[in-house]
Amino acid sequence: MADVLVCKDGEIAEGGVRVIQAGEVEIGVIRHDGKYYAYRNHCPHQGGPVCEGIRMPGVLDIIGEGGIFLQQDFDQKDIHIVCPWHSYEFHLEDGVNVCDKRIRLQKFKVVEKDGAVYINV
Amino acid sequence: MPMDTVDFRDLAVEEFDTTTMLKHATEQAIQRRYEDFFIADIDGHHYETGSFAQICEYIEDPVMRQQAKYQGFGGSGIASSNGAYQELMGRVTRYPGRRKEKTPTTPHRDITLTKRWMDAIGIDYVCMFPTPMLSLGLTPRPEVEVALSRAYNRWLCEVVLQNEPRIGSSLYLPINDPEASYQMVKDFGGKKGVIGFTICSPHYKATYDNAYCKTYALIEEMGLPLVYHGAFAWGGDQSMSLCNRFLAVHALGFSWFNILHCTNWLCNGMPERFPKLKTIWVESGLAWVPFLMQRLDNEWMMRSSEVPLLKRKPSDYMREMYYSTQPMEMVHNREALELTFKMMNAETQLLYASDYPHWDMDLPSTIYDLPFLSETGKRNILGGNAKRVFNLEPIVSEVKQKRLAARGTA
Repeated sequence: MADVLVCKDGEIAEGGVRVIQAGEVEIGVIRHDGKYYAYRNHCPHQGGPVCEGIRMPGVLDIIGEGGIFLQQDFDQKDIHIVCPWHSYEFHLEDGVNVCDKRIRLQKFKVVEKDGAVYINV
Repeated sequence: MPMDTVDFRDLAVEEFDTTTMLKHATEQAIQRRYEDFFIADIDGHHYETGSFAQICEYIEDPVMRQQAKYQGFGGSGIASSNGAYQELMGRVTRYPGRRKEKTPTTPHRDITLTKRWMDAIGIDYVCMFPTPMLSLGLTPRPEVEVALSRAYNRWLCEVVLQNEPRIGSSLYLPINDPEASYQMVKDFGGKKGVIGFTICSPHYKATYDNAYCKTYALIEEMGLPLVYHGAFAWGGDQSMSLCNRFLAVHALGFSWFNILHCTNWLCNGMPERFPKLKTIWVESGLAWVPFLMQRLDNEWMMRSSEVPLLKRKPSDYMREMYYSTQPMEMVHNREALELTFKMMNAETQLLYASDYPHWDMDLPSTIYDLPFLSETGKRNILGGNAKRVFNLEPIVSEVKQKRLAARGTA
């Protein structure tokens, strides 16, 4: 296990992504809402560059009393990483696929220290 | 590890580029040594709307030409008749990215972009189809379908196929006009790169009608296949109008229209009437094939008197037809997929298709990594079957030639 320097704090703009090559492994470091997330840049579906897509909130069906459909809404508390190849979606917080909990992205620990961001590879 | 030794890319400053977006596909191609065998993609697409101004110039009727130039191809907004919101609100980044991607002045942009993704994925030869034109058969004026499809086919032959040996096409037939369909085959059948003729499945004509028989006979005589390409209809179709989510329209529509035409093709004994005409069912996935085989065989055992031309079970004829792989229903049930492959004699009847750049595209690895296929079976599906069915000359892409040379095996 080694700490790999990703950037100085603030070098990745809010909402931005830096893809780094750490030996054989390509890792996407995502900055969202001031927080950093690091995942292997590899979608378990067909191998797409999962961190290179957009992030979008999950979508909810809002059902009212008596089972009546009211509308759809974005769930701003649940941001998804969306693979740009096929739109497979994963929760940003833990990398778990939104449709099947058995499918998940490989997550790396992010360490912020001394004004810099590192990932533990 | 100090920062200056770590390779990195900041996505915010990158321009969209197909080769970069498909870098992982290229890694798959290298790992699996796709340079060792021919890969044909029998269903790749381009967006003909990007060249619509050029295509308009090929419309023969001057009034129709002016209408098309003024009016454009079609509306694709949320309130359009097909209601489409297929592009997933930007989730699949090649949709918005494609429009901004830079290409040199020559060759034609569609050739450059097509070869870019073919090379990244590992494809040597592609059968190119349009995109919005797949629904042209639903247009209310048959003369518009005829004029636009003739213009498109002429443009495609002169601008693309004539100039790029790695791109072929199975040309669009204006199915609402049987005579114009026949004329299309006569006029374009011998052109360079024309490897078949295509009926785009969403339309409301019975393709067993006697009016089409001379067209089928001519395609058969030419030794070319007849392709049925799946697609969806929404606003104009009473059943599909009951769907309010595109997932439902897409999942049903792309299979449904081919299920419908394949059933009619069989029930009217077309395989007996045109025994050498090869039919290929494209972009409907695979799961419908075992369903239809079982369903029709069961009914046939009780009602064979209605379809006396069929000398064998419907499934026997279906096992002699051809199918494209994509979108392969591979979610979680390998056993079902293996049985499907067995039921359709996949090793000789199945043809790889990527459907790139559409959102549900499949890479060659979806076939190459299947554990139940033999190496020969994989290579047949990825290219050998297409070579046989379309009478293709095997081509090795420049990228693969370089890889072979680097290995000292060129």
